[in-house]
Amino acid sequence: MATNLSAEPQILDRRAFLKTSAAGGAALLIGFHLPARASDPAQEQEKPPVNPLNAWVRITPDNHVTLILAKSEMGQGIMTALPMILAEELCLDWKQVSIEQAPTNPKIYDHGTGGSGSVGGSWLPLRQAGAAAREMLIAAAAKKWEVGTDTCRAQNGYVLHGHPERSYTYGELVADAALLPIPNLKEVPLKNSRDFTIIGHATHRVDTAAKATGTAIYGIDARPAGLLYAVIARCPVFYGKVASFDATKAKAVPGVRDVFQIETSGRGASTTGGVAVIADNSWAATQGRKALEVKWDEGPAANESSVELRKQFVANAAAKPGQVIRNEGDADAALAAATNKVEAFYELPFAAHVCMEPMNCTIHIQSDSAEAWVPTQAPQWAQAVIAEAAKLPPEKVIVHTTQMGGGFGRRYQADFVMEAAQVAKSLGKSVMVVWTREDDMKHDFYRPASYHKCQGAMDDAGNLAAWKHFQTSTSIAAKWGAKGEENNGQGEFGTGATVPYLSPNLRIEYTLAHSSAPRAWWRSVEHSSSGFVVESFVDELAAAVGEDALKFRLKLLGDPRKLPQFGEGPDAPPLDTARLRAVLQLAADKSGWGAPLPDREGRGIACFFSFDTYTAAVAEVAVKSRELKVKRLVCTVDCGRVVNPNGVRAQVESAAIYALTATLKDAITVEGGRIVQSNFNDYHMLRMNEAPPIEVHLVASEEKPTGIGEPTVPVIAPALCNAIFNATRTRKQDIRIRRLPIRPEDLA
Amino acid sequence: MAISFTLNGKPETVDVSPDMPLLWVLRDVLNMTGTKFGCGMALCGACTVHINGEATRSCITQISTVSGKKVTTIEGLSADGTHPVQKAWIEEDVPQCGYCQSGQIMSAVALLSKKPKPTDADIDDFMSGNICRCGTYQRIRKAIHRAAGAPAEKA
Repeated sequence: MATNLSAEPQILDRRAFLKTSAAGGAALLIGFHLPARASDPAQEQEKPPVNPLNAWVRITPDNHVTLILAKSEMGQGIMTALPMILAEELCLDWKQVSIEQAPTNPKIYDHGTGGSGSVGGSWLPLRQAGAAAREMLIAAAAKKWEVGTDTCRAQNGYVLHGHPERSYTYGELVADAALLPIPNLKEVPLKNSRDFTIIGHATHRVDTAAKATGTAIYGIDARPAGLLYAVIARCPVFYGKVASFDATKAKAVPGVRDVFQIETSGRGASTTGGVAVIADNSWAATQGRKALEVKWDEGPAANESSVELRKQFVANAAAKPGQVIRNEGDADAALAAATNKVEAFYELPFAAHVCMEPMNCTIHIQSDSAEAWVPTQAPQWAQAVIAEAAKLPPEKVIVHTTQMGGGFGRRYQADFVMEAAQVAKSLGKSVMVVWTREDDMKHDFYRPASYHKCQGAMDDAGNLAAWKHFQTSTSIAAKWGAKGEENNGQGEFGTGATVPYLSPNLRIEYTLAHSSAPRAWWRSVEHSSSGFVVESFVDELAAAVGEDALKFRLKLLGDPRKLPQFGEGPDAPPLDTARLRAVLQLAADKSGWGAPLPDREGRGIACFFSFDTYTAAVAEVAVKSRELKVKRLVCTVDCGRVVNPNGVRAQVESAAIYALTATLKDAITVEGGRIVQSNFNDYHMLRMNEAPPIEVHLVASEEKPTGIGEPTVPVIAPALCNAIFNATRTRKQDIRIRRLPIRPEDLA
Repeated sequence: MAISFTLNGKPETVDVSPDMPLLWVLRDVLNMTGTKFGCGMALCGACTVHINGEATRSCITQISTVSGKKVTTIEGLSADGTHPVQKAWIEEDVPQCGYCQSGQIMSAVALLSKKPKPTDADIDDFMSGNICRCGTYQRIRKAIHRAAGAPAEKA
């Protein structure tokens, strides 16, 4: 089903992405360069069966077991969690297995890694593959013993039979087993969860030793024979182009081998183009680039700035109405009639991904084949763009997916692959295009900047009478969608449009703001904005009626209800308000919600549903003059059945710190059509001395596993800002943070 | 220009431009890729190595200044990955993406050589030069206490 690969994005809608994943089977998150019909179940059935004893597991006669997984490891622990699922159904001894990265082959594997969808999307397919392999091994043993398969069982890498018990190792069976018919995956028996010995047990990551000894190989560590290094001079202004360049001085730098121009690729890979400087090492390449003289044709975007963008936002919010995304009842009439109403504006800036390993890509293109080492969340897309640049069929392009020094969505793009392919094609030798930190920060695909107007009306009983949310933003869909700027803004709300709080009147509107800044998916995507806005505004409503923020939320969540995810198809699981209540209550209980705190300290609470996962957080802060100290974070999660509790905890901790950086540190801003920030001196990251203790509490669940890499991000900013409000309530002037990141003057 | 120094206990000579940072000599000339590039401005600590025992940012250390000195990288910390700090890192499952962890470990080893029983404040002071974008700070703190043989103060 993935043979229809193209470097051209065809569906760049995040929800289509997730729907493709939710459609189950093998069509996981490769949505945006697959046609919509890729998720058609009829097509799924036409796919020839894959032998699991070849594709997913390799067993040697001496009983060494290697599990082969196709997702990309960017730190999220997927190459531990997925093999655990496979090993469970295969009845293996976890200590016995080795893990291997699958070769890039979209005809067999679903490589795309994003949308917090890997465990949820792989859960059933991997169980079925493991169970099929197990049944084949059992059948091979039964045949040897000439007994029924139902009298044999698998355990710890053996098939066992009879009393006294006799056994074969899998290694003794694999040659016969691999030739047996492949069981129907839809009918193969799956283990009862009561019998799980690996799933649900806290397990050490498999890659820690390599990462603690410097032997893990990231993209930037690829060293094929004869490797040259390149950096690219890119126009600092969005969509600017090379007017002319003089390479004389660059070529005089010792170690510089070549200087040449590469063209913009406006297609799916969306590269800037520029001038490549090729050298014997990264240092010589960057020195050569410093000496290079380039005249840029900056183009029309050179007039853009964050100041102008904010003027657009304000004008859009004042003009009425926006495009109606959702409308139930008559919110405007209810607001007009209400005596107790609240209105608030919220703002979020562009945000950069800032993977610790800057973008890079290593490629060797020859006349009849190509080989690449790519730190990518989308190996199949990398393969497609290299094939396009090299003018080779994709199957002639070997793509090695390396370890990644962070991904966060940035590495789902193929820009860094396309430009490396262009350089490699021109050069005909192994070459790594390496990005400096400045390149990485100034040529990212940023989380959209957004501006929100929220209005709420309360009735006399303190219930919500109307909820109205207007957003204007530089949407992702406008950058990537098939309809370009005509795309509607529904995707910009995510589950922010599935408001769980009871309101008889509900209206959600959107207006696009224009910007040339590249946008795409940043950890938790639109939920990072929606979580902040929805959970801040609910807190304001609670304060307006003088109710406790927890009690108010519980009241508005009401009796257990299952709400369809707004704008999603029937495959999307509904928002279960009972599960949302449970994580909220758990966060309150574990944090000591309501217990007294010293003066100028406060707690804040927030909950959210995203990536089919329920999260809540309580932040505890101290606010003294302009100083804010985050003293403690309590995070709760219901992500269905937990495969590796150790991995889930690590992802919650990670998402919390990622969100704290976005809340407390810097904004990405635009001046003169270019990104202002360049490195960690003007785009700061949270550091050890600022990192609060984070407590993680997981809700035990038998439900299907759901996302975990991202869903904690949306609750951190609102919990923190609500805590600041509670810490300052005793002052003459309480403080409501409505603009991120928090600036010292906001705390005065 | 030929420059000689001791690298992980063995003599090493490289013939490179004298202003080339040690980081790139290690990574691109000697193909020792355990030391990482993060910022090029000594802001993130990913490139941390020891020079004569001191934690040093190799991305801004010109190779000419290393002449005659003893350089230790993550590869030279222990022969078999069993340095107490590495063991503690494995036990606490510290790394996520792991890219910053060579630098984190080299900083932690330097801290423990100066303060064998560091307090949380000592850890904050010494380790705040090392950025971890995955946010493993809490586990780094626990691992340092573990390597110090002390029960974690709090974490």
